[in-house]
Amino acid sequence: METNTETLKYLPLNDVHVALGGKMVPFGGFIMPVRYSSDITEHNAVRQNAGIFDVSHMGEFWVRGEKALDALQYLTTNDVSKLEIGQAQYSCLPNKQGGIVDDLLIYKVQETDYLVVVNASNIDKDWAWMTANDPVGAEWENRSEQTFLFAVQGPKAAGMLQSLTSFPLDSLAYYTFTRTEFAGVKDVVVSATGYTGAGGFEIYGPMDQAEKVWNAILEAGTPLGLIPCGLGARDTLRLEMGYSLYGNDLSDETSPIAAGLGWIVKFNKEFIAKDLLAKDKAEGVKQKLVAFVLEEKGVPRSGFSILSATGEVIGKVNSGSISPVIEKGIGLGYIDSAFAKIGTEIKIDVRGRQLKATVAKLPFINQSVKS
Amino acid sequence: MNFPENLKYSKDHEWIRVEGEYGYVGVTDFAQNELGDIVFVEITSLGQVVKSSDIFGTIDAVKTVSDLFMPVSGEIVEVNPEIEKTPELVNSDAYEKGWIVKVKLQNAAELNDLMDAASYKKSIGLA
Repeated sequence: METNTETLKYLPLNDVHVALGGKMVPFGGFIMPVRYSSDITEHNAVRQNAGIFDVSHMGEFWVRGEKALDALQYLTTNDVSKLEIGQAQYSCLPNKQGGIVDDLLIYKVQETDYLVVVNASNIDKDWAWMTANDPVGAEWENRSEQTFLFAVQGPKAAGMLQSLTSFPLDSLAYYTFTRTEFAGVKDVVVSATGYTGAGGFEIYGPMDQAEKVWNAILEAGTPLGLIPCGLGARDTLRLEMGYSLYGNDLSDETSPIAAGLGWIVKFNKEFIAKDLLAKDKAEGVKQKLVAFVLEEKGVPRSGFSILSATGEVIGKVNSGSISPVIEKGIGLGYIDSAFAKIGTEIKIDVRGRQLKATVAKLPFINQSVKS
Repeated sequence: MNFPENLKYSKDHEWIRVEGEYGYVGVTDFAQNELGDIVFVEITSLGQVVKSSDIFGTIDAVKTVSDLFMPVSGEIVEVNPEIEKTPELVNSDAYEKGWIVKVKLQNAAELNDLMDAASYKKSIGLA
């Protein structure tokens, strides 16, 4: 791997992951566990039972004060004013050209306190962008290095974690959260969100308590089948749901409208590049991000060409893998909008073999997201 | 990890087991472990003569894809029929049921350029 190891950061629990058998690889500027046992075992554990991911590499910013709402309204595309205390919202940061600086989650923690969670590889970029383009001057604090984030994902997550808190976890609706004592640690954010579509929780707390909380979760969950899971499973789980990955499917050059994120762009407020995105929406975009499933045996990979049924190049694959659940090659890619309708027959050029594929509806699997 | 003494190993992480004028070729335990779950093995060279170190196919894991390189020059005379249905044999039994192709050796002298188990282990930092 041609990565400059000098600039890579280690997770605070790196030694814990190594001791658990984690295979550590560079990702997003960090040395991260890619798998502990096998990608498919970990994937299936999350779909059927539960798995725990250490995603403490993610970035956490706090935005506070009377001006916090106005700052976030202008910097992000979704309508932050709709958030009640205890609710989370998926959104993105548009740049001035109508591309995407990052996609993110916003949590309304108090009336004037918001927690913003960003991608690890974008922490420095987002921090610079948000603080420089905040038009009103909210209070900003970057707590990325002081905050752990564990995702405990899967249909059995609530049952495994309930012994660690008095808060009734089953009562947390999707995209809501609570701040509560958890595993003996105060003010832990327990959020019914995730990147897998399998249900479960994302748990944020102070980094100096990370090992204590990790061990408490494993101790409570292991007898019930909880296993540690790595980035390999995280990627196939998100891809089966069709969730975008920044750097693969989203970039500074992609419009959220083209990326299928029109549902998080709300035009009833002012925000960066509103006019450009309104134009994208009204006039349509040349290329759209579509999901596709291979009808023949093969695995699509990032960069492979997407062809029309008659063989002309109409786009390329941004994310591709195999779905452990449907056992077919699946992927996401931008293609000419004329071919973007669900059911359209296309082809994927897999190293010179043109394999039949179909533009598919998301998610690829039958999975009702529930925690 | 396991590296049988009766095999020869290449720097590209393939092994070969010689039986007379034929050899069985697969990927090493180290390679399958690096790749993760194997989901698809594509051999495009059946019936062809492939030179030593040239590509004879590709191997797809869930997370990544890798080319397969010939450890010695030879004609690909057979592809393991089992791995089309059950590619995970490459993970579970890399040296026996997980063999990938059978080749007719062209130049047995090339076997001397390959590593024995001890040298291979050393090359991957395990000795």
